[in-house]
This record gives sequence, C-alpha cells and structure tokens, in this order.
Amino acid sequence: MSLRIIVLAKQVPDTRNVGKDAMKADGTINRAALPAIFNPEDLNALEQALRLKDAYPGTTVALLTMGPGRAAEIIREGLFRGADGGFLLTDRAFAGADTLATSYALATAIKKIKDYDIIIGGRQAIDGDTAQVGPQVAEKLGLTQITYAEEILNVDKEAGRITVKRHIDGGVETVEGPLPIVITVNGSAAPCRPRNAKLVQKYKHAMGKQERAAQPACHQGSEPTVRYPELYETRPYLDIQEWSVADVNGDLVQCGLSGSPTKVKAIENIVFQAKESKTISGADQEVEDLIVELLANHTIG
Amino acid sequence: MANFYTDNPSLKHHLHHPLMKRIVELKERGYADKDTYDYAPIDFEDAMDSYEKVLEIVGEICGEIIAPNAEGVDHEGPTVANGRVTYASGTRQNLEAVRKAGLMGIAMPRRYKGLNFPIVPYIMAADLVSRADAGFENLWGLQDCAETLYEFGNEDQRQRYIPRVCDGETMSMDLTEPDAGSDLQSVMLKASYNEADGCWYLNGVKRFITNGDADIHLVLARSEEGTKDGRGLSMFIYDKKNGGVNVRRIENKMGIKGSPTCELVFKNAKAELCGDRKLGLIKYVMALMNGARLGIMAQAVGLSEAAYREAYAYALDRKQFGKSIIEFPAIAEIIALMRAKADASRSMLYETARFVDVYKALDDISKERKLTPEERQEFKKYSKLADAFTPMGKGMTTEYANQNAYDAIQVHGGSGFMKDYACERIYRDARITNIYEGTTQLQVVAAIRHVTTGTYLNQIREYQAIEYKPELEALKNKLAAMTQKYEEVVAKVIETKDNEYIDFQARRMVEAAAHCVFGYLLLQDANKDDSFRRSAEVYVNYGQAEIDKIESFINSFKREDLAYYKQQ
Repeated sequence: MSLRIIVLAKQVPDTRNVGKDAMKADGTINRAALPAIFNPEDLNALEQALRLKDAYPGTTVALLTMGPGRAAEIIREGLFRGADGGFLLTDRAFAGADTLATSYALATAIKKIKDYDIIIGGRQAIDGDTAQVGPQVAEKLGLTQITYAEEILNVDKEAGRITVKRHIDGGVETVEGPLPIVITVNGSAAPCRPRNAKLVQKYKHAMGKQERAAQPACHQGSEPTVRYPELYETRPYLDIQEWSVADVNGDLVQCGLSGSPTKVKAIENIVFQAKESKTISGADQEVEDLIVELLANHTIG
Repeated sequence: MANFYTDNPSLKHHLHHPLMKRIVELKERGYADKDTYDYAPIDFEDAMDSYEKVLEIVGEICGEIIAPNAEGVDHEGPTVANGRVTYASGTRQNLEAVRKAGLMGIAMPRRYKGLNFPIVPYIMAADLVSRADAGFENLWGLQDCAETLYEFGNEDQRQRYIPRVCDGETMSMDLTEPDAGSDLQSVMLKASYNEADGCWYLNGVKRFITNGDADIHLVLARSEEGTKDGRGLSMFIYDKKNGGVNVRRIENKMGIKGSPTCELVFKNAKAELCGDRKLGLIKYVMALMNGARLGIMAQAVGLSEAAYREAYAYALDRKQFGKSIIEFPAIAEIIALMRAKADASRSMLYETARFVDVYKALDDISKERKLTPEERQEFKKYSKLADAFTPMGKGMTTEYANQNAYDAIQVHGGSGFMKDYACERIYRDARITNIYEGTTQLQVVAAIRHVTTGTYLNQIREYQAIEYKPELEALKNKLAAMTQKYEEVVAKVIETKDNEYIDFQARRMVEAAAHCVFGYLLLQDANKDDSFRRSAEVYVNYGQAEIDKIESFINSFKREDLAYYKQQ
C-alpha cells in the first residue's frame, strides 16, 4: 500500500521572539526584522506525513506552499527531511491573500496535482493564527476534514479509511474518516525529525527559478551567478517547481487581494513596556496589593 | 533554537584550516564520486559547505534533543533484564534522532552507505555531542569500530556489516577482561575453530564493555591455544543476530551513566575472523585504540567546553556583595583559565585529527594504487605526527577536562555540590576520560619516545618558523623561551641514560612539551583570528609557570632521591 500525500506548509515570520522592531509604523509586520521560518505546526504535519512514508514504502510526500520566490526554502526543508518534491505557488497575483484567497489558490493547485490520498497541514500559522486555511481547503475540494490531529494511527487504503487521534478540550479522542481527506495537525503532535545528512547534501542546491535569478554576484559589479548552473540540467530534481495563477488554471479575481473579502479595520500598535520598577517592602498589605493588581491586569491568573 | 555548532565560532575556525584542502582532495580522490552519488561534493568548496551543513544538523540535535535529555538519562540510566540491555528513554530518543539524521557511518566510504567525511568534521561532531552529553558520545562514537572493520575486514565483511552501521546499528569493541585491563596481552577469551562447519566459536567473559549489547561486536580473543602473549590473539566479528552472548550485569558507574558498561558471557558464540590470525592485538587493536583515543580527546574537549559554559553562565548570573561574582578577580581568573584550557584542548584535537586524516587517506589510497615517493614521504611524516600527538593530546586534554569540571563546581560554590546543576554531572562524566582507552600514565609511556627522539621539538620548530603578526611578538618570544627550557630539561634527563630515571621524569617532560605545543597552536589561532588572543595569552602565562615548575623540580632533583618514591 502506498499513499500520495500533500503537505501544506507556509513560510512565516518568526513571531515567537518578537523584538522592538517587529512592527513597522503603519502596523504591518516588519519582515526584515523577523527571520522567515517553517511554520511550526506545519512541521508537525510534515512529520506525520513522513511517518506514513516510513510505514508504507512507496508512499510519496509533496509539499505545497504559496509565497514569494524565497519560500522555496520551505520545499528544501521538506526535501532535507525526506519529502519527495514540492510546488511553490508564486505569482504577484497571489499577493495580499486572506484565508479565503489562500485556500482557493491551494485548492486549485491540489486539483492540478490531482492524485492524492491525504492532504495534511498544520492547525494554524503563527503569523495569522486563524486555523481557517486547512478547513477551507477541505470545503473547496469537497473533502472530509479532521482537525487538531495528534497522531495518525492507521491508514487502510483498500477500505479507504484513516484513523486519527485528535486533541480536544480536556483530552483526546480517536476518530475515523474516509480517504481522501484533509487533516490539520496540532502542535502537541510529535516534533519533526531533524534534517538528514545525505538528503541535505543531495538537495542543498535545489532552488526555484526566482531564487536562481536573485543569487548575489560573486564579485561586486559582476553578473549574479548560480554556483553550479549545469546541475539544473543534469539533476532535474534540483529545479523546484514554481506555479503561477495561469499554471494552476486559477481565476485571477479569486486570487490575492481581489479574492480577499477580509478588510483590516484598524491596527493598534500595543507596546508593553515597563516605565519604572516598583520596590515594595515585605509588609503583608503591600504584597497583597501587588497580587490584586497583577490579577486585575491579568498578568497572573 | 539551541545549536551547538553555530553558537561556537571556534568550530568553524578549526574546520577551515588550510590543510583541509589537501585532506579533502585525498579523501575525495579528485571528486570522482559526484557522478555516482547524488550527495557527493562537486568540488572543495562544495565539500566544505556540506561539512558545515551536516555539522549544523549535529549542532541542532545536540542543542535541542541530546543536551535537554542528558539529566534524565543520567538519573534513569540503562537497565538489564534477561541478558539484554534497555537504554534510558532519553538515550533511545537520542539514537532515534541521530539515525533519522543519517549521522552513523559519517567517515565510511559512500559505497558502504557512509558520508565519506574526513576525520576532522567527524570528530567535530563528537566534540559537539560530548558537550551535550558525554555519555551519549560513547554510544555514538562507537561507529569508530566500523573504521577498523573497513581497514582490516575483507570485502565481503565490509559489504555485510558497514552499511548496517551506516543505517544505525550500534557497535562495541570487546577487549577488556577481569584480568586483562591495561595489559591486553593477557586476554583469555577463547576462540576455537570448528572444522566441521568452518566457523569460529567464542567462549569466556569480557568485562567493562561499553555498549556491550551492541548489534555488531569486535572481539579480541585467543585463537592460538597454549599461547600466553599478544601474538596469540586475533580479532573476531560477532553478530548479535547469531546469539551466544549475554549481558550478565551492567556496572553502576560514577559517571557517563547513560552508556551501559557490560559484563558479557560468551557461550559458544559464533563469530568470524576479522583480518589475519595473530594480528588481533598487535595490529588491529592498536589501530582501533588510536582512533578511540582521538574520540576520547573529543569527549574531553566537549566536556571542557560544557564546564566552561556552565561556570561562565553561573558566574554572570550569581550575585553576591551586590555584583555578579564574575566581577571578582579570583572568579574571573578561574574562568579565563577554563576558557584557555578548553581552547587549547580544541586546537590540539583538530591538529591531531588533521594529521590522522592525511595519513589515513594516503593509507587508503595505497590500497588502490602505489603511492608516489612524495606521497610516501607525506604518509610517513603525518603518521609519525599522529602517533606523537594522539597520546600527548589524549593525556593532556582529559586532564584539562577534569580540571575544568572541578573548577566549574568551584565557581558554583555550594550549589555546585547539589544535583541541581549540570556541573556535578560533568564532573562525574569527565572522571573516566583520563582513565579509559589508556590512562594518562600510559599515554605518557606512548608519548615519551617522541620527547627523546625529538618528534615534538621538530614540530615546535615548524610552528616557530611560521610568520606571526607583529603584535604577537611578545607571545612568540615567551614560547621560544619555554621551548628552550623544555630542551634543556630533556637534555639533562636524557643524558643520564638511566631508564628508570627517565621514566620517573617522563610525565613532566611530556607535559613541558605539551605546554609548548598547545601554546604554539593557540598562537597560530590568534594569528588568524583575534578572538583567540586572550586564550593564547592566558594559556602561555599558565604554561610558562608550569614549565618553570617542571624545570625547578628536575634541576633540583637528586637521582638518589628516587629511592624515597619506591614502594617496597
């Protein structure tokens, strides 16, 4: 039994360690100040996919991501850990997408990929924290979805059934669903395996077209160069596939900003900063007052 | 995301040594593998880039998995039941991570599924792993045994066993017995050849076997009935799948508790001969031990680094009398010296690793074709240097690891005596490094002839001939004066032609040589990278005083006083 798995993954700014330059004056994210990383829960999803590949030889795992040219990094990271390939949805027309336009774009790409048994992604991305994209992809494709997954317990392709342990409030539950299916994985699932030494060496030169075009020049003033241009001819697996709106037969209106009904009403820039330190004596009353104050502003409790 | 490779810039500095160009060229044979293996490097820069990328993986696993597991592994330890060992849960996680990352068989050729890395990046990985958990380094570092299998096994054995190691099966080297520790010539485990099935069978007991329940064992056994010395010993491969070896007990050790130390009972265990009969100890184990000693050096370096980091962080954080204790000169000095010893140890480790790399790569090439006269010269030069630097390095760096671990506890004060801080584990883990794979005293025995024949002095002369920046002139002069004193005390001891007396002063002479060598290595580091300047200055101040002490002891020592030291 071999499965065809698509992993949905997103490159996100690392919002977990935010410094003072994280936001620009207009309230948008300052991407230059935050390193771009593999969305953490998407890594949990990738691990579930790779475990299925370990368990069922012949299974293929492909990553699907949407973003600028440098988001090919996500596909490389997948290849380094055992994925077989990937697709980068990249087009100016995809830019500015909210969850609806994103799920539209992903769903059209998945239709183009056509053959799949499992579509799996993280529960949510740490930049938007919506948890909407996975479920919306399922809806657009007319598939069942299992959210908050912690572990895929069993897959029976003949019977077309999958058994998943999912995280619910106060515990876990085990559910079964039909294939093909969309699964979103919770951060409490197993962490992703490390990069593999051989795969890193095999795929480290893998790049998309845009990345290759943007390679810095070796010497100032000289033309930008790719280190081993001939490799992309002799080793086609190093050429990361880029898809435009046209490549996936997308409807321009439903993509990007024009396909995004979400409108930002206002952005408030909240800066936590301690103005001064407060010294209290050991007196019971002062300690109690502090506890009350901390409870009141939700610092504790 | 903690990464033990990227958070320590000195590793990159050592990886990018000029001799690497030659090493990689030899190891990669003109980069011929690139057309056969999709993960082989295309050229030198590509190879170096691959080493770095793989070391980043090792660094991440160390920082994110192995180090956080170390305390739990130390407390839980392995267990034994029904003759089989179960690792601590953290150890199992660690092994799973390094297997998934493909980090077993790093130095093995690609045709056996290895990564074909030189010793330098391989040993750098060991340095990282040891900083995270010295006990785990023992399990991981036993992939070294594959090197011995590669060097001395036949093609069929290589093909059957090495890919299994690369896929993550573990190994052990079964040498020690209750009555054969440092003196391996007394090994008694019996190997008998059965004419009927053409197989060897092993019977007897082995003790203190690290990872004794491994999948594949290299066993030293007596194949020549009636013999009593090393020439009656051969090396065998035992495959756990064949059965016949059980773990009777595991030791309750002071440190490196995650690594199971086993007593093994061989009952008609089927085994196969590795290499030629009678060469087991005199050739194969000697080669195995040299590799293992380099591994212990790496373990010592990792421990020295860990001890330094624990002490530094604590001293910065701990406030007494209204300020961080690191601001007190007494504490600052301890920490500066810890840093200097860790840096000196690391420079020695990679210098030695480079020597080993050159001669081993040439040795391997010599199996494919005849070496040119220049290559033979090169082989001789580097194998001699490796032979001289390995015992000196093993002896000194493991003593420094112990000193750093001791000082780390001192910096922690009373808290360091509690189980709450990592320094107490580091202290216990370090204690074995100057004992196993040959005690410091035995390293001195191996090193002393390079004092008397001048190997060290000749190499020091090479270091002296390098051009250094003008601002390092004073340091260079100090080192020249230290070398002068070293030469004088050696001459003074040697001219007595009294072997008993030479032995008595041997450790002092080897240490004096080591202070010069370590000082010159740090001088070279500082010459390339200013950040080593402090360690170079601090180490040379220390080494200078140590040599003065040694000189004073030797100069004022009356040979007849030897009698006061004799016991009985």
